[in-house]
Amino acid sequence: MEENIEGRDPQVPSQKKKEDPGPRFLVSSSPHMHDGRTVSSVMRLVLYALLPASLFSVYLFGLDAAKVIVISVGSAVIFEFLAQKLMKKDLRITDFSAVLTGLLLALNLPSASPWWLIVAGNFFAIVIAKQLYGGLGYNPFNPALIGRVVLLISFPVHMTARWVTSSPWGVDGVTTATPLAAAKESLATLGRIDVAFGKEEIISLLLGFRPGCLGEVSVVLLLIGGLFLIFKKVISWHIPVSFIGTVWVMTGIFHLADPTRFADPTFHVISGGLFLGAIFMATDYVTSPVTKNGMLMFGAGCGIITVIIRLFGGYPEGVSFAILLMNAATPLIDRWTKPKVFGAVKPEKAAA
Amino acid sequence: MRSRGFSGGVHPDYNKKMANSRSIREMPLPDELVVYFSQNLGAPSKPIVKKGDEVKKGQVIGESGGFVSTPVHSPTSGKVVSIEKRPSPVGSDMLAAVIKPDGSDEWAPECDVERGNADLDGEKIKALIHNGGVVGMGGATFPTHVKLSPPPEKKIDLLIINGAECEPYLTADHRVMLERAAEVVDGASLFASVIGVGKVIIAIEKNKPDAIKVMERAIQGKDGFSVASMDVIYPQGAEKQLIYALSRRKVPAGGLPMDVGVLVQNVGTAVAASEAVRYNRPLIKRVVTVTGKGISEPGNIMARVGTKFSDLIEFCGGMDADTMKIINGGPMMGIAQHSLEAGMTKGTSGLVLLTRDEVGQYCSDPCIRCGRCLEVCPMNLNPSHLSIFTERMRFEDAESYNVMDCIECGCCAYVCPSRRPMVHHFRRAKAEIRNRVKKAG
Repeated sequence: MEENIEGRDPQVPSQKKKEDPGPRFLVSSSPHMHDGRTVSSVMRLVLYALLPASLFSVYLFGLDAAKVIVISVGSAVIFEFLAQKLMKKDLRITDFSAVLTGLLLALNLPSASPWWLIVAGNFFAIVIAKQLYGGLGYNPFNPALIGRVVLLISFPVHMTARWVTSSPWGVDGVTTATPLAAAKESLATLGRIDVAFGKEEIISLLLGFRPGCLGEVSVVLLLIGGLFLIFKKVISWHIPVSFIGTVWVMTGIFHLADPTRFADPTFHVISGGLFLGAIFMATDYVTSPVTKNGMLMFGAGCGIITVIIRLFGGYPEGVSFAILLMNAATPLIDRWTKPKVFGAVKPEKAAA
Repeated sequence: MRSRGFSGGVHPDYNKKMANSRSIREMPLPDELVVYFSQNLGAPSKPIVKKGDEVKKGQVIGESGGFVSTPVHSPTSGKVVSIEKRPSPVGSDMLAAVIKPDGSDEWAPECDVERGNADLDGEKIKALIHNGGVVGMGGATFPTHVKLSPPPEKKIDLLIINGAECEPYLTADHRVMLERAAEVVDGASLFASVIGVGKVIIAIEKNKPDAIKVMERAIQGKDGFSVASMDVIYPQGAEKQLIYALSRRKVPAGGLPMDVGVLVQNVGTAVAASEAVRYNRPLIKRVVTVTGKGISEPGNIMARVGTKFSDLIEFCGGMDADTMKIINGGPMMGIAQHSLEAGMTKGTSGLVLLTRDEVGQYCSDPCIRCGRCLEVCPMNLNPSHLSIFTERMRFEDAESYNVMDCIECGCCAYVCPSRRPMVHHFRRAKAEIRNRVKKAG
């Protein structure tokens, strides 16, 4: 071809006819491979990890639990759909993040929750805490926890006074207090901790035969789910270990100082919502630090705040508040723990 | 043996089986060669031929455009049909000499002459390597003679010959080591004598046991030479990571390997240097892996610099109708091609044809801050934050988070569940920052 190529303008349509465009190829920036993990596959893995504890909650609390889960997940998805529709955003229901938020909120509710409570919680979680902030990735606070805490503050009776003891298929449920609330109450009325904490109690706490939120009770199943997520590299060990470890060490120190006023550290670790919070809520990607050192700090901060609320605050349980407070610190922690670039340290003298 | 790796990195499917057992085949002369004048990192060379000139094989057609530049030679004998801008593998059109081969493939008189050892000293070797147009053939195309000219205060005590070949699909370096081991070792000895190092390590990923064996045999009796078997992890062949894996020395951020006393050269570069010095044969052809599900007969092809991709594909039996993406280089760092009219360069290590089912078309989602990119970044950056800074045009922040140290290996984007175009963002941030520095004077 002898024509002057420099004078060729690809936008001139007449030239399009002259030249055969030939085969057309996809052009994009490198890399051209991907390991296949997507947002939706991550969310699905977390859902799988929660499945044992969720199913077991139906065994422990009966059909009430199933009702809470169905209403919560359903309303979360519907709110997500409506919010994205009204805000004229791309529909992203298929990323399963709303399903996960709905399930997590359900697991953070008592089995006796009325339907309107669940729906209100999901409204706050999905619409206020997530979509109004820009949707998945932009929410500074864990949506499910915002939902729970709004309910906890607005409807304390429904959220803290209607606990049902778990029993096979929920048939013999009677209303009682959670172990942590019982401990707190005995301290207030008797001036000392008065909860039985023997081998039998430990086993039933681990298995979940105790009053509490749907998902917080079966420690063993939560742990299995957590190990699954670590094995699948969805989460790392840093936040759960530093969170639970901090709670254990700190309550242990208090317990050693005054066993009559402060309960056994192991009791603190397995009796409340710590495992659910540390494994599934504090590790929420969007609202926790991205650096490993930051994760350790975040977990430790969650642990410290949890212990302070439990031992000295007005609430028997502090995991939700602790995580939300640390959510607020996440950007700072990330900035503080900025990774040091490879080669930032002066290299050692030549002989290595 | 201690692990020879580094922190970070990913394990993509290597897909090397398609081509790694195929011996290097010499490709016959195509009808037309497109030889760009910019064949190296640094200044492009200056054309010294014009339309209508007859050229011989190995004749200089473009002179060095400065110190960080190399001459460009005619890949065969024939006629310069035109000097014009042509589509190039890097995307934009580049000035090229379009050469029509005359079929006799006749060397220029000064080329292809065996040279004795008589007058070979360091300066002479360096000059021959420069005159031979030798550049880094791993893909970066940095002029080799420049790498061989460290300032006197930088004492080099380790030469690494890079045969890691960590890019998926590519097997060109693998085949070169198997089939041209003697020249690899000869080239390495030439480099070693120029910079006066006694210790030479040939680094090969463990997934090429045959190459390790062949190279071990080839270095027998060579003092100071050794072969290192490296962990199979991408980007093991990246210069800074390779140096760290072998010597635990960290090239300072913004620095060069010579800052820690190391010189790294690719195995193909060693062969090219050997040819240039021993026989005065300039770098006019190289081994390129043509592979991927889209190509009929994958293989390792010895092809002339300037061979058009369409000719390469035709020589390899043509492509599948389902071919959707064609990559110059490997799939992790290579450049997707829009036109098969582009000609291969000295840096073209592979041509990978991916089919429809292998390439995803997707939209990028907001970062969900999962932190996987931080885990895999071999430079220990925070790609998550960097990509957000770039999206918001906060280039100063990107700079303070060391975006300039990004090696563009693509590990972050490879693992990103939100499919964010991380490397693209970082290239943009780097360009913006460089422009600002330039503007500020």
